[in-house]
Amino acid sequence: MVNSERPALDPVLIQEMKTLLGAANLLEKNEDLILYEFDGSVEKARPDLVVFPHTTEEVSRIVRLAAKYEVPVVGRGAGTGLSGGALARGGGVMVVFARMNRILEIDLENRRAVVQPGVVNLDITRAVESAGLFFAPDPSSAKSCTIGGNVAENAGGPHTLAYGVTTNHVAALELVLPDGEIVRTGSKHGDAVGYDLCGLLVGSEGTLALVTEITVKLSRKAEAVKTLLAIFGTIDDASEAVVEITARGITPAACEMLDGWTLQVVEDYIHAGFPRDSGAVLLIEVEGLHQAVEAQSAAIEEVCRHCKAREVRLAKDDHDRDLLWKGRKNAFGALGRMAPSNYVLDGVIPRSKLPQALRRIQEIGRKFGFHIGNIFHAGDGNLHPIVLYDPRDGAQFERAIAAAHEIVRVCIQLGGALTGEHGVGMEKNELMTLQFGDADFELMRRIHDAFNPDSSLNPGKIFPTSKGCGEIRVKKKKETAGAKV
Amino acid sequence: MSTTTSLATRLTGATGSRHVVAAPEELVTYAVDGLSPAVIVRPESAAEVVELVKFALAERLKVVPVGSRSKCEIGMGPTRYDIALDMTGLHEIAHYDAGDMTLSIDAGTPLRELEGFLRPHGQFLPLAVPCFESTTAGGTIASGIDSVLRQQYGTARDFLIGAEFVDGKGQLCKSGGRVVKNVTGYDLHKLLIGSLGTLGVITRVNFRTFPVPATSGGHVATFKKSTAAVEYRKMLERAGVPLTNFEIVSPEVIKIMRVILQQQVQGAISALSEDGLWYVYSSFEGTEKVVKRIAGELEKYARGAGSRNLQSLETGTDELIGGMLREAFEWLRWAAQETVLYRLAICGDAADIADQLTRAAGSIEIRSASLVRSARIIYFAIFAESEAEILEPAESIHAQALSIARELGGHVSLLHGPLKVKLRIAEEHVRGMNQGLQQRVKKAFDPSDLFAPGRVVGGI
Repeated sequence: MVNSERPALDPVLIQEMKTLLGAANLLEKNEDLILYEFDGSVEKARPDLVVFPHTTEEVSRIVRLAAKYEVPVVGRGAGTGLSGGALARGGGVMVVFARMNRILEIDLENRRAVVQPGVVNLDITRAVESAGLFFAPDPSSAKSCTIGGNVAENAGGPHTLAYGVTTNHVAALELVLPDGEIVRTGSKHGDAVGYDLCGLLVGSEGTLALVTEITVKLSRKAEAVKTLLAIFGTIDDASEAVVEITARGITPAACEMLDGWTLQVVEDYIHAGFPRDSGAVLLIEVEGLHQAVEAQSAAIEEVCRHCKAREVRLAKDDHDRDLLWKGRKNAFGALGRMAPSNYVLDGVIPRSKLPQALRRIQEIGRKFGFHIGNIFHAGDGNLHPIVLYDPRDGAQFERAIAAAHEIVRVCIQLGGALTGEHGVGMEKNELMTLQFGDADFELMRRIHDAFNPDSSLNPGKIFPTSKGCGEIRVKKKKETAGAKV
Repeated sequence: MSTTTSLATRLTGATGSRHVVAAPEELVTYAVDGLSPAVIVRPESAAEVVELVKFALAERLKVVPVGSRSKCEIGMGPTRYDIALDMTGLHEIAHYDAGDMTLSIDAGTPLRELEGFLRPHGQFLPLAVPCFESTTAGGTIASGIDSVLRQQYGTARDFLIGAEFVDGKGQLCKSGGRVVKNVTGYDLHKLLIGSLGTLGVITRVNFRTFPVPATSGGHVATFKKSTAAVEYRKMLERAGVPLTNFEIVSPEVIKIMRVILQQQVQGAISALSEDGLWYVYSSFEGTEKVVKRIAGELEKYARGAGSRNLQSLETGTDELIGGMLREAFEWLRWAAQETVLYRLAICGDAADIADQLTRAAGSIEIRSASLVRSARIIYFAIFAESEAEILEPAESIHAQALSIARELGGHVSLLHGPLKVKLRIAEEHVRGMNQGLQQRVKKAFDPSDLFAPGRVVGGI
């Protein structure tokens, strides 16, 4: 057990936290803390204390108090992350933003919303959709994940192909630094004096500051949307179609691929009307003016047929469209029925390398004895291979990790990146050396230390333990790397 | 003189650089806000940049990286300037895969050259920035200057996907990558945008490219008052009409444009012929059907907002006017003996604000002109015949602009003006910019304060 290796928190600290927040805003019992030792990844680490602030001022005071007792602090939204980013790797105080969940301002004229970090992603869209607006980043967990977590991880989603990821939709941030100082970066407009600190902070995985308020940009809903389902006999043909769509200069709003095996599992669960006998499907969406959508969907259909699609279906209405997306967005849940656990990977490759990458993934699956499913954002080369495994079988788990690492290496060899939207966290920090060299780490470490000199904030994340910041430099803490299920 | 010669000699000896210049007539052409370097070096590789930076570190010299030098006056003047690092010697296209729509180019690559390279592949980079004929990719990123296509394609922050640069310790570092989606490690390349050469020497930049649209169009509508132009904009926004550019141009700016255009094309441009009106220029793109539809919507809403004169532009006229508006930064700053050019980024009715500033300038009897870009960015210029004449008005307008911008959730920057004006207003800018945090970022990149010291407001 991870916690047994660490000394217990100073009871005086716990008492002071209770005085600050009230007992109802704090969890200290082991049975409660267990709920916070997981996220959506295969990692595991238990905090020593969980607190629920309501205001930025409270967050600042929590951080100051933790600093006084030299205890690490980890921010957490809904805990839906997939890289262990919101796990308390070094124990300490976990700041859960669930109760800072208010939308503070909506400015329809300027298409901005000011929100607290605990606001659920989809709730922003729900609040503005009657005015024809929406918040563009749409992770599969949009119904439960929070905007604070989206900012920390620079979350993406299917529609980021056209709209971009979280960083493209953040105008300003309010932050609490590890010493408790409250600062603001960016502006409601977005542009600001000096360096683009928002650009740095978004995606910094909670290692530089705790984000306590976010000004997001809202997008206008398109006049027309068309959703196509292109059905292919082989993964190769579907991959070639993605390459060809990009090569012809067509930018769909979304272009998702599901392989045939995954599709059968999803269809059994969702009944979305997916074929049970295909090699792969592409779920493609185009948006814009009616005239543009007509032209784009016709061009995409032609490309798909040219690439041997045996059928191209067009969603007839919103119900049809919602059903297709329901199948896509609940695919991970469907796969959950197939094995006790699954490991959702995240890697990126140049789009033109899609056919090679998918072939290599299947080879790796065979080598390690897994059937690896593929449900992913094909349009931007963001792979999500899924390894189904049984965590009770230690050897099988080790094989799953080894297969995952080999897939990541393939992504890098093909000119890609370790992670497209899940983050590095404690899942891939030891793999960072595949992508970055000593000089890169040294500079990233200096930036880290400019904000978080004692590594008191979310220690043990992003950096490989051999490169300085993986160690937890605050008092009392011991490294608990590798605390996996 | 002997010190300069000796520095050039030492530099050549230590780094092997082939292009080292110390001739005074050359040095003065690299001056930034009146300060000339002691020597100019034009490296030809990232490895050479590393050696040069290490040399500067060892000799405790200050380095200002430059590209084509078209936008060096954005920002404060450097407090010390020993070596001008002319990056135009690095101009290779390192990697391009049309199928991936990603591009990796040396920092000194001119954008015009890049456009010529990409066009046969049916792609382009939406950095339509001033001084387009000469400007380099690295200089454009470091200056943070707006692209006129910002409304449709966003800012460089939205399509710069990676970079390589030499940090203040003389190490070649990288950030991001060559894929369109990537959250691996800190996005250090985003900090380089608008950093004015203070964080490192950018050696390579990676971009996402975009398909050249099938066709495009341009449209001009005129209004008696700025409020009607604002109403027009609101109608278009509410209707979701997709535009690549939307500029509200004041009557004063039209006068300047007309003079320049008459010189360029030896004749009047009928689209800009009327005096005393606010002009709204829109550009748009897509298939022929889409372009036709948008042109129709512009006509409808312009009439609805009370436009008395509106016309779709012929391709040649559109390119002329669109190209000229892209260069507004360049010609506005040289439109009088002395010009102060402000840029306001605000959340609010920018044309109304521009009108408000125009009245403020009028009340202190200073000539002014304004241009509103992408609805929420204002270029506001004031003109005078001498530096002495412009100092106090510049301060007064700046104070008002800053007050408005802060109230409307934005900020003001000074794109052009005499050094004395920059120094007078700098203190006001520092408030609310997290100076301490910004300084720590600078120190992390450049611990010895080697690069372009003082170029970012606040002594950074």
